[in-house]
Amino acid sequence: MATVTQSRDIEFLKEQARTVRIEILKMLAQAGSGHTGGSLSAADIVTALYFYKMQHRPDNPKWPERDRFILSKGHAAPLLYTVLALTGYFDKSLLGTLRKTGSPLQGHPSSKMLQGIEVSTGSLGQGLSIANGMALGLRLDDSHSRVYCLLGDGEIQEGQVWEAAMTAGHYALDNLCAFVDLNSLQIDGRCEDVMKIDPVAEKWKAFNWHIFEIDGHNMEEIVNTLDEAEKIKGKPSVILAKTIKGKGVSIFEGKVQYHGLAPTKEELEIALKELGENGK
Amino acid sequence: MGSREEKSAVESQSFAGQAVATRDAYGAALTELGKRNEKIVVLDADLSGSTKTAKFAKAFPDRFFNMGISEQDMVGTAGGLSLAGKIPFASTFAIFETGRAWEQIRQTICYSRLNVKLVATHAGITVGEDGASHQALEDVALMRVLPEMVVIVPSDGFETKQVIDTIADYKGPVYVRLGRAKVPAVMPADYKFRIGKAYKFHIGRDVNIIANGIMVSAALQARELLSKEGIDAGVINMSTVKPLDTEILLDAAKNTELIVTAEEHSIIGGLGGAVAEFLSEYHPIPVKRIGTRDTFGGSGKPDELLKLYGLTAEDIVKTIKLALGS
Ligand SMILES: Cc1ncc(C[n+]2csc(CCOP(=O)(O)OP(=O)(O)O)c2C)c(N)n1
Ligand SMILES: [Mg+2]
Repeated sequence: MATVTQSRDIEFLKEQARTVRIEILKMLAQAGSGHTGGSLSAADIVTALYFYKMQHRPDNPKWPERDRFILSKGHAAPLLYTVLALTGYFDKSLLGTLRKTGSPLQGHPSSKMLQGIEVSTGSLGQGLSIANGMALGLRLDDSHSRVYCLLGDGEIQEGQVWEAAMTAGHYALDNLCAFVDLNSLQIDGRCEDVMKIDPVAEKWKAFNWHIFEIDGHNMEEIVNTLDEAEKIKGKPSVILAKTIKGKGVSIFEGKVQYHGLAPTKEELEIALKELGENGK
Repeated sequence: MGSREEKSAVESQSFAGQAVATRDAYGAALTELGKRNEKIVVLDADLSGSTKTAKFAKAFPDRFFNMGISEQDMVGTAGGLSLAGKIPFASTFAIFETGRAWEQIRQTICYSRLNVKLVATHAGITVGEDGASHQALEDVALMRVLPEMVVIVPSDGFETKQVIDTIADYKGPVYVRLGRAKVPAVMPADYKFRIGKAYKFHIGRDVNIIANGIMVSAALQARELLSKEGIDAGVINMSTVKPLDTEILLDAAKNTELIVTAEEHSIIGGLGGAVAEFLSEYHPIPVKRIGTRDTFGGSGKPDELLKLYGLTAEDIVKTIKLALGS
């Protein structure tokens, strides 16, 4: 029983990603605070996961055979909330309550407050270890489910990420696929200036991961890579996705200050026009 | 050491009587301190705009080290800098500073008694919309339990400025807890901060409220409200949680039949814990603790959250009236 409209059709997925961006911006503008840049940079990736690749049942969030997704960069919560709403986990009207007192849509994802969230995140650097544990547990049960985990490029400065990278390589977790959202920016500036992370690919390779390097906004490439990653045996896969922070709205693209700034009413108007809210 | 000329050129800001976020007072105080003392170095973990160390970074780029998102490495590096004769101030949000790097703080900083100042911002529920993952309600407990550590929770910008100046001259590990939101000025202009010395606004006849941080202001409001009902409530600012000012505490306890603690922190292990531990051993009298009650925080507007979690002047009044049976 598939309850979510899923498709490999690239035009369909691009259209979903456009809708996802629109909903993200609307909810952020309504909340008046929240993380714009990192939600938009990963929008294509997470759309591809929820609208194509992952096996999941919005009407049965705990379905044992589901694929798992962990948003290690928890501040991109608006992105996760949007795909969950659009795939049917809860009513879209709930998006308007983001960050309000008592809302299940907390500033950072809370698994206790919202169905469809596998685990609470928000403190950076912890998600990959959790993904490893899930992958190990699923493998013990001979499950076919896969585990996906999304990290930020600033986030990989955390030491725990590399402890986890070592674990996944050591235990050859080929049911695990990580994404790194390489948008080049963190809070205090460019990753390159704050704390160099390069060379990124060589690091993951050295920890015994299979590497894919892609354009994180090219839907066809994302979809193809997800299919390829599934075929890699004996190693975990990491998809290093080159992205643009704030992607989709020119006034936010590549602007470090929009990491944690929500759009104003005026900015929202500009953004919605650019994204062609009323049809393409 | 900066020369006298340099020192006089510094525009000094005391923040006396000024409503300001304690983190803003920190950024300003740190920058002034940097001009006076070349040994001051500052570390941050990708939050310098929020912790306000960016102000220091701009003035002294060579003495500022952005460590990226790596709190454990930041604390260890601060330890090394202190061993090289520098006076490191290491800042990030309170939960990441005390939580993520706790064991580095214990083993490296406290066990070797290194001269490191951990000044964290965004403590407590008034972080607001970011929610529970970013609201430290356990940091005072985590730091208070460590041998050698001094723990300070300033109440306003004026006090914060003095705390920063004072700890720069103190040799040993210090944790300072600061907030995100603007807070009213509460300390009088002639107030002088000293480590381990609480400030007595009044000693009450019926009850004494021991508060720190943003709850000092709430306690002072509660005193006003209670006085209208004929209840005389004293207020003490216990900004140093460790070492606790036991002299003032005993004085306050001996003069009344009830002690109430108030803090923007869990009632477990923080100021309330410290006061209850001390009094139960040395002068057992009823103690009521106001703080978050074994729960995580949540997203919302700071004011709404203070109400939701029972951290307003009205909550203090209610607690006191209930305890006094009036
Ligand atoms: C342990 C920890 N330290 C600091 C923060 C504060 N913080 C939130 S987002 C962020 C920057 C993240 O940058 P990046 O991983 O590149 O995310 P993106 O650019 O995708 O938004 C920081 C430092 C945090 N959430 N957790
Ligand atoms: Mg980034």
